[in-house]
Amino acid sequence: MGRKLLTEHINVEGIDTFEVYRKHGGYRSVEKALKTMSPDEVVEEVKKSGLRGRGGAGFPTGMKWSFLAKPEGVPRYLVCNADESEPGTFKDRQLMSKLPHLLIEGMITSSYALGANTSYIYIRGELLYVLRILEKAIAEAYANGFLGKNILGSGYDLDLHVHPGGGAYICGEETALLESLEGKRGNPRNKPPFPAMQGLYARPTVVNNVESIAAVPVIVNEGGDEYAKIGVGRSTGTKLISACGHLNKPGIYEIELGLPVEEFIYSDEYCGGIWKGRELKAVVAGGSSVPILPKELILKTAAGENRLMTYESLSDGGFVTGTMLGSGGFIAMDETTCIVRNTWNFSRFYHHESCGQCSPCREGTGWMEKVLHRLEHGHGHMEDIDLLVSVAKQIEGNTICPLGEAAAWPVAAAVRHFRHEFEWHVTHAKEAAQPGAVYRPSAVLV
Amino acid sequence: MAKITFDGVEVEVPDGTTILNAARQIGGSIVPPAMCYYTPLKGSGGKCRACLVRVAAGSAKDPRPMPKLVASCVTPVQDGMVVENTTSEQVLNVRKGIVEMLLINHPLDCPVCDQAGECDLQNFAFEHGVSTTRYQEERRTFEKIDIGPLIQLHMTRCILCYRCVYTANQITDNRVHGVLGRGDAAEIGTYIENIIDNDFSGNVIDVCPVGALTDKTFRFKSRVWFTKPVNAHRDCPKCSGNVVLWYKGKEVLRTTARKDQYGEVKEWICNECRFEKKETSDWTIEGPAHIDRSSVISANHYELPVLNQSVIADLPESTQRELAQNPPLKLGS
Amino acid sequence: METTAVKPQFSEAAQAEIKRLLTHYPDDRRKSALLPVLHIAQAEFGGWVSPEVQNLVAEVLDIKPIEVYEVSSFYTMFNLKPVGKHVLEICRTGPCMLRGSDELTAHLERITGAKVGGPASADGLFTLKEVECLAACGFAPIVQVREKYYEQLDTPDAVDAMLSELRNQVHRPALPWEETGLPNALARN
Repeated sequence: MGRKLLTEHINVEGIDTFEVYRKHGGYRSVEKALKTMSPDEVVEEVKKSGLRGRGGAGFPTGMKWSFLAKPEGVPRYLVCNADESEPGTFKDRQLMSKLPHLLIEGMITSSYALGANTSYIYIRGELLYVLRILEKAIAEAYANGFLGKNILGSGYDLDLHVHPGGGAYICGEETALLESLEGKRGNPRNKPPFPAMQGLYARPTVVNNVESIAAVPVIVNEGGDEYAKIGVGRSTGTKLISACGHLNKPGIYEIELGLPVEEFIYSDEYCGGIWKGRELKAVVAGGSSVPILPKELILKTAAGENRLMTYESLSDGGFVTGTMLGSGGFIAMDETTCIVRNTWNFSRFYHHESCGQCSPCREGTGWMEKVLHRLEHGHGHMEDIDLLVSVAKQIEGNTICPLGEAAAWPVAAAVRHFRHEFEWHVTHAKEAAQPGAVYRPSAVLV
Repeated sequence: MAKITFDGVEVEVPDGTTILNAARQIGGSIVPPAMCYYTPLKGSGGKCRACLVRVAAGSAKDPRPMPKLVASCVTPVQDGMVVENTTSEQVLNVRKGIVEMLLINHPLDCPVCDQAGECDLQNFAFEHGVSTTRYQEERRTFEKIDIGPLIQLHMTRCILCYRCVYTANQITDNRVHGVLGRGDAAEIGTYIENIIDNDFSGNVIDVCPVGALTDKTFRFKSRVWFTKPVNAHRDCPKCSGNVVLWYKGKEVLRTTARKDQYGEVKEWICNECRFEKKETSDWTIEGPAHIDRSSVISANHYELPVLNQSVIADLPESTQRELAQNPPLKLGS
Repeated sequence: METTAVKPQFSEAAQAEIKRLLTHYPDDRRKSALLPVLHIAQAEFGGWVSPEVQNLVAEVLDIKPIEVYEVSSFYTMFNLKPVGKHVLEICRTGPCMLRGSDELTAHLERITGAKVGGPASADGLFTLKEVECLAACGFAPIVQVREKYYEQLDTPDAVDAMLSELRNQVHRPALPWEETGLPNALARN
C-alpha cells in the first residue's frame, strides 16, 4: 500500500469544508511558509523535492518557478491550469471537487513563493459545478484570514479567483490558456516570449497544473528531501493516475511513482484486471496524445524489464518501443478493441480541437481524420497507411504549440505497433466496416 | 548588435531583430518566404510556418542547436546564432510539406482568380511545392459572403494569415470582421451580415496574400500581368496619397498602396484614393513603379529584379561581369 | 439567425454577478470577463446566445461585437442556435467510446427522437449534442446537462433515470447568485 500524500483524507465526510479540512491538518503549509520561510526558501524546497509538472510535460516545477522574471514594481501572476481535457485524464476534477481546500492551500503557498498577489485558477468551462465548489471554498478561506489582505498577519496579500473556460482542449496549452483568460480565442502564442517573461497581461507568469500545486503543501510541510525519498530516480513523489477504459475498477489512484505497470493493472488494490475476464490488448498510458503500446510492451520494456509507472521507465525505448507517463491518463483496451477505430476517434478529437491558427495542424489534423475515417469505413487503400505516417510527420515539430505532436503521435504509434490491423482494414474492407468488427490474428489468410 | 550567420553569410543586426528580417538585410534568394508575417502589422507572423528555418546554433553563449525548426519571422536573433535555410535539406522538405498543407483545401481556381500573377501562395507553391497531390478527400468550401460594394471576400481561398484582421484592428477604429469558428472550419467573417465600411477598409485587399480579399472595382477587368503599374500621388487630406495606378492602355483599372520588394505596404491609403480616383487627371504621375517581386509582372515588360549590392558582391566574378554587361532592363524595352 | 424583437437585458441578479466578476480582473482588462459573462448570458437567455445577446455582452464589457463573436464561435460550449429545454452533451471521445458512448448516442436518438447536431426533439425538450472528452473517463459513458454530469449511463435504466429527472424539471436549477439574489424574479426556461 503506497503513501497517499494528496488523497489521504479524500473520503472524510465534510473534507470540502474549511473546518473539517483544517481539523485534518489543512493550511499548515501556509502557516509554515508565511511565518517561518522566505519565498525563496519555499522555491528551494520545491526544487529539492524533484516535483515534475503533473499536467503532462513533466518539467521540474521548482526550475519553472526559478525562471520567473521579477522586475521591480511589476505584478506577476500564478495561474493554475485546471483545464483538464486530455482524453483519459480526470484526476484534477476529482481532486478539486472533493478536496477544494487542498488546491487553495497549494495556491496560497505557491503564490507566496512566487511573489504573486493575484492568482487565478483557470478551470475548463464544462466543470462549472466544480467552479462553484471552489468559489465556496475560496470564500471560506477569505473568511478565515487565509486569503485577502495581510494573511495571518504576515503582511502578505493574495486574491484568488476562479475563471471558467468555454470548451476548448487547446486552452490546456499554457499560452492559449492565458489568451483565454484575457477573454480571447484560445490561440497559443508564439514563443519566445515565454510566460515566465510575458504571460498574463504581458506580465511574468507561472502556469502550473492542479496536481502540481496540490503537491506543494506536503512538500513544504515535510520538506523537499522527504518528498524526494518517495519514488524512483528522477520520478519522485506520488502521482494521480486516472484509470479508464476496459478495467474492472476504473477510477483515480494515487500511486507512488515506481509501481510496476502490471501490478497497477491487475492487482485488486488498483484496477483489478481487465473487465469481463477478457485479455488486455493495448494501453495508452499517459493521456490520448502519448503513443499507444501493445500489451507486451506496456508490461515489459523491449529489453524485457518490468515496466514501471515512472517518467523514465515508460519512455524507455523512446517512441520505437516506449511511450510517456504524460498526464497519467491510463486507458486500457481489451481484445475486442479495434485499433483503427480508436485511432480514428482520437484523430477526430484533435481535428475538432485544433485552434486552426497554424497551417500544418489546421490542415493536417483534418486530413488524418478523413483518411482514418475512410480506412475504418471500408474505403481505404494500402498506400493510405504510409500516407498517415507521412502526414503525421509533416505536422510533428512544425506547429506553434504541442497540439501538433499530440495529434501526430497517436497515429504514428498505432501504425507502428498495429500495422497489420490497418492492412486488414484494406484487405477485408467490407468485414472491417461492420459495427464491432475487430481484427484477430487468426483472421489473416496466408 | 548581434552577429548571425545565415546560410553561410554573416550579418550584423540590432538586438531584437527577427531571423527573417536579418535574412532580408542580406537579401536575394536565401530570404525565407513569408505568407502571414507582415512588418507593418504588430503581432503578425508565426502562423503559416512557411518561413521555418533550422537554428544550428542558438547563440555564442549556448551553441546548441534548437530542437525544432523555428518560425524565422517571430524568432529574435541571438549573437552568434547560426541559421540554415536553403542550405538545410530538412527545411526544404518541411517547406514542401507546408505547401502541400496550404493547398489541400485551396480551390486552385487560379485561372479565374484576380490575384493570379501577384499571389504569394502561387509563388510559394511554384518555388517550393511538388507537382502532384496526395489529397483525395473532398475540399473544404465556404459560402461566399458579401462584405460590401467594394471588397470581395472569397473565403475558400483564405489561408488564415490573420493579416486583414490585424489591419482592421490597427488602422481603423471599428473592426467588424474577424476570425470565426475554429480549426479547419475557422473563417474570416462578420458573423452577422455587416459591411466593412470605413475610410481605410480597402487596405485589407493589399495585405491579403491570396485571392481571398479582392477589389470589386477591378473584378475580372484584366489579368494583372497585362496592366502597367505607375507610381502617382495626389494631395489627400486623409492619407499620404502615394499610390500605384495600374493602367491598361490609358485607363486606370485599379489603385493600390505602394509595396516593397517583400510585398509589404509602405504607406496605408484611404478608400477615396483607392476606389474613387480613377482618372489620370486626379494624379501627379511619377513614373513606372518598380515591382521587385518574383511575379510575372516584373518578368514580362518591366525591369528585372535588382539584386541587393551585398548579394552581387558574393556572386562569382564571371556572373558579376555578366550583370555589368547586361544591366537590368528598363521600362518599355 | 433568429432574432428577437426586444433588446435583451440581464436580470438584476445577473448584473450583480457580472459586477462581482469584473472585480477579478484589472480595471483596464474588462474583456477578461468575456467567458464567464457568456456563461451567464447562456443561462439567462434560454440556453443559447443570439446575436442580440452577444451584442449585449459586448456592451456590458465595453468591447466590439466582433470580439464576442470571435470568442463565442471558438468555444464549443456556447450554442449559437436555439436549443431545446435541455441540451444533452454526450461525450464521444475514446475512453467513453470504449465503454459504449456510440450505443448511448443511438439510444438517446431513438428515445428522444432528436438527432445529434440537429434541432430539438419535437416536444422541444431535448437537444442532442456530441462533445469531446469531459474529463470523467473513469465513469463513462457520460452526458452533461448544464452544470450536471450524468455518469455511467451504460444501462437503459440509468438513461431513463436521467431523462425522467430532466422531464420533471420545471425550471432550470438556480445558480448560486440567483439564490442569494432575487428568488423568483427570473423567467427561467
